Amino acid sequence: MKELLIGNLGLKALPHEWFTIGAAVTFIAMGLFVVLAITHLKRWKWLWSEWLTSVDPKKIGIMYFIVAGFMLLRGGLDAIMIWLQQALSSGSSHGYLSADHFQQIFTAHGNIMVFFVAMGFVFGLINYIVPLQIGARDLASPFLNTLGFWLYVAGVLMVNMFFLLGSEYAATGWLGVAPLSGREFSPGVGVDYMIWSLQISGIGTTLGAINFIMTILRMRAPGMSLRKMPLFTWGSLCSMIMAVTVFPLLTATLFLLFFDRYLGTHFFTTTAGGDPMMYTNLIWMWGHPEVYILMLPSFGVFSEVVSTFSRKRIASYTSNVVGMIGVSALALSVWLHHFFTMGAGANVNAFFGLMTMIIAIPTTVLVFTWIATMYKGRIRFSTPMLWFLGFVGLFSVGGMTGVLLAVPPADFQLHNSLFLVAHFHTMVIGGVLFGIFAGISYWFPKIAGFKLNERIGRYAFWCWLIGFLMAFTPLYVLGIMGATRRLDHYDSSTGWQPFFIMALVGGIIIMIGVALQFVQIIASVIQKRRLVDTTGDPWNGRSLEWSVASPAPFYNFAVVPQVSSRDAYWEMKQQGIPKPSYEDIHMPNNTASGIYISAFAFLAGFGFVWDIVWLIIVSILGIIVCVITRTFNEETEYTLTADEVEKIERDRIIVTPAAHRGNDSDTSEDMGLTEFVKVVTKWALDVVKNKRWRTW
Amino acid sequence: MVTATETGHQEAANDRVMFGFWVYLMTDLLMFAVLFAVYAVLHGNTMGGPSGRDLFSLPLALTETIILLTSSFTCGIGMIAARRGRINQVLVWYGITFALGLVFLGLELREFAELIHEGHTLSRNAFLSSFFTLVGTHGLHIISGLLWMAITLVFVVSRGLNPHMVRKLGLLSLYWHFLDIVWIFIFTIVYLRVFV
Repeated sequence: MKELLIGNLGLKALPHEWFTIGAAVTFIAMGLFVVLAITHLKRWKWLWSEWLTSVDPKKIGIMYFIVAGFMLLRGGLDAIMIWLQQALSSGSSHGYLSADHFQQIFTAHGNIMVFFVAMGFVFGLINYIVPLQIGARDLASPFLNTLGFWLYVAGVLMVNMFFLLGSEYAATGWLGVAPLSGREFSPGVGVDYMIWSLQISGIGTTLGAINFIMTILRMRAPGMSLRKMPLFTWGSLCSMIMAVTVFPLLTATLFLLFFDRYLGTHFFTTTAGGDPMMYTNLIWMWGHPEVYILMLPSFGVFSEVVSTFSRKRIASYTSNVVGMIGVSALALSVWLHHFFTMGAGANVNAFFGLMTMIIAIPTTVLVFTWIATMYKGRIRFSTPMLWFLGFVGLFSVGGMTGVLLAVPPADFQLHNSLFLVAHFHTMVIGGVLFGIFAGISYWFPKIAGFKLNERIGRYAFWCWLIGFLMAFTPLYVLGIMGATRRLDHYDSSTGWQPFFIMALVGGIIIMIGVALQFVQIIASVIQKRRLVDTTGDPWNGRSLEWSVASPAPFYNFAVVPQVSSRDAYWEMKQQGIPKPSYEDIHMPNNTASGIYISAFAFLAGFGFVWDIVWLIIVSILGIIVCVITRTFNEETEYTLTADEVEKIERDRIIVTPAAHRGNDSDTSEDMGLTEFVKVVTKWALDVVKNKRWRTW
Repeated sequence: MVTATETGHQEAANDRVMFGFWVYLMTDLLMFAVLFAVYAVLHGNTMGGPSGRDLFSLPLALTETIILLTSSFTCGIGMIAARRGRINQVLVWYGITFALGLVFLGLELREFAELIHEGHTLSRNAFLSSFFTLVGTHGLHIISGLLWMAITLVFVVSRGLNPHMVRKLGLLSLYWHFLDIVWIFIFTIVYLRVFV
């Protein structure tokens, strides 16, 4: 009876170790606080109808940012725990974590940072910016977009669920390599949580990618041929095409692993003819292109940033586009370099080693187009540009160490060492994350309506850069000294401890940088009157997103623009903007179907983790019913009349772009840290003294 | 009232959905590609158990193939009727398609049941795991196709053949032809190969 009702769940599953109890209490407290605050402020209805059920890609983009931001803190905490353990655990000291717990932490760190931080930020940026850049009012399928987002949220919940029930995450490394992840060697629920978390969010990614391909290829403004498309959109298109190519492989592979665990099949087992190395092959066929899926939108961001802040058009647009396409195409044929040591033979290794080295060519072309764009430009060193410059340095180092690793004989020495860990962090932090930060500080005025505080932004940048170098340079050295990755303990005679301590200090500096980024946003909100962007074009930009108000109206474009050149808005500014004539606009209705489907998907996954059969059946039926109701609903749009559009457009304060030509790099008025502390303390004292919370 | 821009808006939306569905079908095809690759790697690993030649029946597989191909043909005729707005013909032809799909599914399930009854379950060895997963995934797609077809036909009866419904039938027939093509590969690689 108990089995029927709650499967394998039981009192054992409740948190009973210090870290799960601590995290569970924190999560419940945070959840309660949010629920009480919303109830107290009577904002439930607003939250539901304006945000959660919204199909506006701009709002969905912002929600992606919020979730990914929280996950950055969560994954960052994991990183600090890993570094702390490694700094402490030398010789007779065994640190503060057990080996098993340490393995769970680095697994969760990898899963969260790739799937829920990097992917979340990338999808957030694409959601907000791509429709604006191509002159579209919406996405091809607004419903698929909200569904993709909520499946991502379901994945986020699933990856954190083990804190509340199960007390165990996968201890297999972020890819869950077989046969370690099979039932035989990982009997607990940890791997199941990982499989379902990645499965649910991965399906969301596939759907989202299909949607963006449809949007970019079918909904561009009239006149915008592919050769006139902005470069961020190009990067996003390449990234999304790769995503639809490889995410189905991930889905299929995870299903096979799930069958092995759940139905007793023999795909990746060591017995009855299974082939564990096939798992490694399949998962890396997805895994290697995945890093490029994250990378290409960042390439696009840098192309936009470098041309705007050098006040020049991009040097050789064609080379840039060809570079991005080249990277995407080659990225699909290099996966085997992750396991040269498997023993596939010298010829196979040579092929994949060569392909990996060749991929450096289109990447270098990209770097050269950016540097050539800066040449003789009038460069403004605003924060997006700083992130770009930091990126170019780190990316070159990361690229060169990558080419080193691509040489099979060298790889036999460096495989699975900290050198490798340092290499891919250089690419993912220096490349992907810096690109995302550049993008966020570049487009923040468009998203929020005011610019970010430049001064604190610079502090954050320098903390990230210096912290990064301090944290990862020692790892390169350690790797060459022979330290393998995923070590929870090492002998003191190795002499590694000082390097690990230095890495920890670097990690802490990075964390200060993250804290400063949050401070930066709060400080900008405090000063938002002064930082407000009335023009819609704060950087003297070149592409269409700057031609609309900041923040962009919900219909994006009152009049769909006619495009005749690459830097469409730049051209409009030169020629003068014609007087608009408004027309009726079709807008999609909000829908909660995405939330319901994702909730059922989450419950189905949860049912599989704990073997609760009735829950699985009910959830799958629920998904089917929701999908049917949604797809046969024909009333999915409403019409905004031309008069209404005109009224909204008239009410907006219009300052001609030409009136706004201040010196952007002047930050003398941006609040510094001391002033920030003063303002916040004064506000807090005021709240306490006058008991202001009563009136909230 | 339907104006000219209104029709243009509808047509553009149809075009986008059609295109997006093609992209979706390609992702589905890639999932099948993985299953085919896995079958290709594992099909010899019978661990001393019977191989495909001992287990499969060519006449049965051939019957299944002919049934599914015929259903693709009737589905195509149904689509022509839908574009001409002939609701009764749509119901007849899609009804036949549905029945053929059901027969196909029945034959496949009977084959599975016999294999399992004789002890050739999917947990026995890697060959059977990959066989059941590949063919079973196709069967699962057939089930979802049949469900989709049944519901669409109910809505065609209740709402008539409006442009929305014609579009849905178009997507459905694309899906059905797609499953047919996948089956041809299954027939060739799984069944036919072991008898030549």
